[in-house]
Amino acid sequence: MGATDREVGRTRWPRTGSSKRLARIDAAVGLSFAAPAVIGVLVLGLVPFGYVIWYSLHDWSPLIGEFNWIGLDNFTRLIADDTVWSSFLTTFKYAALLMVLNITLAMGLAVLLNQKLRGTTTFRAFFFSPVIVSAVAWVLVWNYLVAANGGINGALATIGIQGPNWLRDPTWALVTVVVIQVFKGVGMNMILFLASLQNVPAELKEAARIDGASPARVFRSVTLPLISPTILLVVMITTIGAMDVFVPIQILTQGGPGRSTTVISYLLYRTAFEQQDFGYASAIGVVLFVVVLVLAALQWNSRKRWVHDEV
Amino acid sequence: MRSEVIAAQAQGANIEVTEGSEPVRSKHTPDSAQARRRRLWTKIVLYTLLCVLSIPFIYPTIWMIFATFKPTDEFFQIPPTLFPENWTLDGVSKIFTVTPFAQQYLNSLYLATVITIGSIIVCSLAGYAFARVRFPFAGKLFLVLMSGMMIPGEVTIIPIFRWVADLGLMNTHIPLIVLPIFGPACIVGVFIFRQFYLSLPVELEEAGRLDGLGRLGLFWRIALPLSGPAIAAVAIMKFLSSFNMYFEPLIFLRSEELFPVGLGLTRYQDGYGEPLYNTQIGATALTVIPVLIVFLFAQRQFVEGLSRTGLKG
Repeated sequence: MGATDREVGRTRWPRTGSSKRLARIDAAVGLSFAAPAVIGVLVLGLVPFGYVIWYSLHDWSPLIGEFNWIGLDNFTRLIADDTVWSSFLTTFKYAALLMVLNITLAMGLAVLLNQKLRGTTTFRAFFFSPVIVSAVAWVLVWNYLVAANGGINGALATIGIQGPNWLRDPTWALVTVVVIQVFKGVGMNMILFLASLQNVPAELKEAARIDGASPARVFRSVTLPLISPTILLVVMITTIGAMDVFVPIQILTQGGPGRSTTVISYLLYRTAFEQQDFGYASAIGVVLFVVVLVLAALQWNSRKRWVHDEV
Repeated sequence: MRSEVIAAQAQGANIEVTEGSEPVRSKHTPDSAQARRRRLWTKIVLYTLLCVLSIPFIYPTIWMIFATFKPTDEFFQIPPTLFPENWTLDGVSKIFTVTPFAQQYLNSLYLATVITIGSIIVCSLAGYAFARVRFPFAGKLFLVLMSGMMIPGEVTIIPIFRWVADLGLMNTHIPLIVLPIFGPACIVGVFIFRQFYLSLPVELEEAGRLDGLGRLGLFWRIALPLSGPAIAAVAIMKFLSSFNMYFEPLIFLRSEELFPVGLGLTRYQDGYGEPLYNTQIGATALTVIPVLIVFLFAQRQFVEGLSRTGLKG
């Protein structure tokens, strides 16, 4: 974190006899300005996380009032637990599908909006509007639209397709949630892509065109490499966000049908707040944290292979 | 447009610059009729694509508005309709009586306002300190902040739940206010302010310094009044996320009168014995539409502000 210690940007006090006093004032002001945020993050983030690790080594159900050290038992139980494995698998499926659909659509929309057509701002507002709509409201409305007799199946019926009961069908439930969530969040990624597309120097694309490259080739060989740092960032943000999806699952499917949409954060919620098995839930939480960390590290380390240059 | 101008200056010829093969406009192209026709077709294709793609983004909102005025038996009729056949205010009339909706709405507005103001204070102070002030352990404390970002909130909620219960704060708004202002959720805001203050010219503060302002004066009189864009970004992000809060209220609240509106919306399902589809959708519309209207008027601020936060978090 060398950047924080840089002298750049800090106010240089006039070099007078009182500069020592001023430095002391700065130390006091800086510490007290930073204190609320730093203490808050410590007390409400890092310390609780330490507690979670501590809890994960205990058998603890507050209803009975027991809190017993059981070492790594929660973790051995977790490894043998089918539900946990299938939840992780579901979460990976969810995150992978969401990531692919979201990034593809976001890129497509950004390229479309980058065509300098008239009315672009209006369409941008359309695509972006679900981002600001509350997650609950978005999901509730779609709940009606994807119902067995809802609008989607009605539209399908007019072209002679009998749609399934999307959220009650084990093969479709997870996909349906993913699609609903893609429409909800793709606008944000679209904006990030659009901003970076607009930063690609026109001279470079033009030079490639003179060399006889087709528009598709220009996009693949000039534009994509130049915006690859943004792609990496968007991929990371989207995956990490998808790994702890909760609201749509809780409202739309409650993890069902069967276990087909029981993602890990929903399992964690149920284990902790419905079954009151806090020790085991903590163990699941620790594993979730490690998995997300590893995933982010893998993505970050993959950058040398496909990200054009570090920005 | 800018890229086209540059291209035209450089070449003065018919060169396609953008991916979508919209050629540079040039009056002296020999095959202009053909080119114009091709351009027209490209435009038609692109606009059709944009319109079709817009459907899943705006149809839910349009459907929601009309569904508010449908009788419940029209919700799942075959074939489904967008417009009500028999317009009714049945649903609307029940919004405020079935659940304490007005109270929940006020709760959300109140929570969002307090959290937004609190966050701006906490984040601007810390952002300023880490950008401008030289103080001991600055680097290490910044690391503490950074590491907090990786910690998932749905995991740490377990001990926090325990503490809240021990302190007797269950079923109060206090944890809902304290967590987003001071907890790891504040980090993105701190980054936004820090980034902003790093880009603020140092000369401004040096001038203020020469005019006799102390450190507090520099922050209060110079830096803070200039931080409009950062305040807007953090305010929009915080207001939206706290107005739409769901997970924390689900954990900490029991009584419906204390619920924020988002959690309240889910409780229309089957409390009454009869379906309340239109009531639920009407309440949802009342929650969403004011936000959408504000968005329409301040689209640029929203898009720019939120994309700034998206990059950082």
